[in-house]
Amino acid sequence: MIAVSRRLAIVALVTALFLAGARPAVSVRAAAVQTRPSRIVSLIPAVTEMLFAIGAGPQVIAVSSFDLYPPQVKMLPRVGALLDPDLERILSLRPDLVVVYHSQADLRRQLERAGVPMYIYKHAGLPDVLETMQAVGARIGRAPETAAAVKKIQDHLARIRARVQSLGRPRTLLVFSRDALALRGIYASGGIGFLDDMLEVAGGENVFDDLRRQAVQATTELILARRPDVIVEFRSGELSDGLRSKEIAAWNALAAVPAVKNRRIAILTDQRTVVPGPRVAEGTELIARIVHPEAFAK
Amino acid sequence: MTIRRRIAVATIGFGATALAAITFAPLAGSTTISLSRAFDTSRPFAENVDAQIFFVARLPRTLAGALVGAALASAGVMFQGLLRNPLATPFTLGVSAGAALGAMLALTFDWTIGFAGISAVPAAAFVGAGGAVTIVYALATGRHRGLSTDVLLLAGVTLNAFFSALILCIQYFSDFADAHRTLRWLMGDLDVSSYQPILTSLPLLAVAFAGFAWLARPLNLLSMGVDSAHTRGLDTARAQRQAFFAASLATGAAVAVGGPVGFIGIIVPHLVRLLVGSDHRVVLPASALFGAAFLVACDVLARTVIAPVEIPVGVITALLGGPFFLWLLVRRT
Repeated sequence: MIAVSRRLAIVALVTALFLAGARPAVSVRAAAVQTRPSRIVSLIPAVTEMLFAIGAGPQVIAVSSFDLYPPQVKMLPRVGALLDPDLERILSLRPDLVVVYHSQADLRRQLERAGVPMYIYKHAGLPDVLETMQAVGARIGRAPETAAAVKKIQDHLARIRARVQSLGRPRTLLVFSRDALALRGIYASGGIGFLDDMLEVAGGENVFDDLRRQAVQATTELILARRPDVIVEFRSGELSDGLRSKEIAAWNALAAVPAVKNRRIAILTDQRTVVPGPRVAEGTELIARIVHPEAFAK
Repeated sequence: MTIRRRIAVATIGFGATALAAITFAPLAGSTTISLSRAFDTSRPFAENVDAQIFFVARLPRTLAGALVGAALASAGVMFQGLLRNPLATPFTLGVSAGAALGAMLALTFDWTIGFAGISAVPAAAFVGAGGAVTIVYALATGRHRGLSTDVLLLAGVTLNAFFSALILCIQYFSDFADAHRTLRWLMGDLDVSSYQPILTSLPLLAVAFAGFAWLARPLNLLSMGVDSAHTRGLDTARAQRQAFFAASLATGAAVAVGGPVGFIGIIVPHLVRLLVGSDHRVVLPASALFGAAFLVACDVLARTVIAPVEIPVGVITALLGGPFFLWLLVRRT
């Protein structure tokens, strides 16, 4: 019984997809909106932020389950994320542009069959953020607005670079994952990727610069041997002051590390440091203020 | 050779191996340190990087490896004897799945509570292991007067599957970083970074090891069959219960310290039996000592082979253990 109804459902779905693809009106409309989509579904939080930053916010009709910013997205329907995109939900919203990850091959195939236009996103480093933003802007017919927004970010990044340029480059450990209140399960950024790029602009040198990978499991021995001057930890969610100081005190076991000795450990819970979107410059400044407090002291 | 002599020979032989492994392991690592500087007491410890690498990073790690290896190998012997099944491991009865569920909840929800100086993840792992042991024991004793090893085995295997399903379910809804950390925890990690987890697990392991010593003879009788052991005057139900709890305690404590490092509990006992025969009075101490040496050696490989990047120690034991196990299988048939 279940098998039969499942088969029926598949037949119905295939027929529906076929009909949707066969209707000439749809493909004409798809071609027409190629320049200026009005119903955009974004599965990528960073791209959602970009769309809002270039004035296409009102056209965004649904976002991923991980979207948090800008506050307007809280009112929008959620259509899954990287691993669990809800195709039925997406199609029912009748989007004229869906922003998907490059790795979502199944979803891409299904949307293609349904004749829904897509923007395909690839996750990469800091320079790619601005490139992606320009490509998104061109795709939705908002090149001028995008150019202005990109210029603003570039200027902000340049200002940060200028402030830290003449200063030394403290050796910095970028931790993005660690067990609670213990020095176990420590993961740090290697010499490539978004965090490493931000640190470069912020005027720090990654202690794992030589390891050409995004994530490094940092054992206590490795941290002791690399002697970071500064430790920056990235976390999601709130952190009370009491817990923050306890988490920082957990590092005291490694007293020989300069960052521990000189109390230069900071925990950032700010979204801006982890979303490769239009707020990257603000996130980078947060890191720069930790690596080079002297440059921002007023 | 008398049994006393055989125990002495095995203990001295495998003890020397374990001692050699524990002595040499702290000398190797992803970086090179100077031993003379590490032991130079004229410099304050807080300033002495070599000393910190030796005493904070390497020594606790080596000791943790020795304890976890000894506990898992001897627990493996106990479970194989108790269940009369050569394929039994310390993780067969759901202890590791319970521990994994606890650890995963602590990792996913960022629990910060711990006890006895232990942080949340190992504490939750130990509680999870305890929960699994309680459930399996309750099931296996519920309808029978004694302890049914068949029910024990079935209940354990089912609980393993059920907990794994729960783990997958929660993992599916948690974010990538948490899912990855859980996966990493499952591969085992001995970088404990302090002596506290070792000290806290010591009393638990001492109780378990004392139990093993006491249970070696009863286990010899049990492995000939419950009925035959009963006719020889053994209180079989009591011996089975004690063996089950002692082995579970050792497994729970070991998993809390180092994660569920696979294959130790099965390769080491079988290798040791090949060398010393099957008398548990010899196999148990020999397995504990050889398990310690084996895991310490595997951990040295884990941190040096592609240094500074680390290979999870559970991957090393599985890579060595898988082929060994197949060889054992082919050799038997």
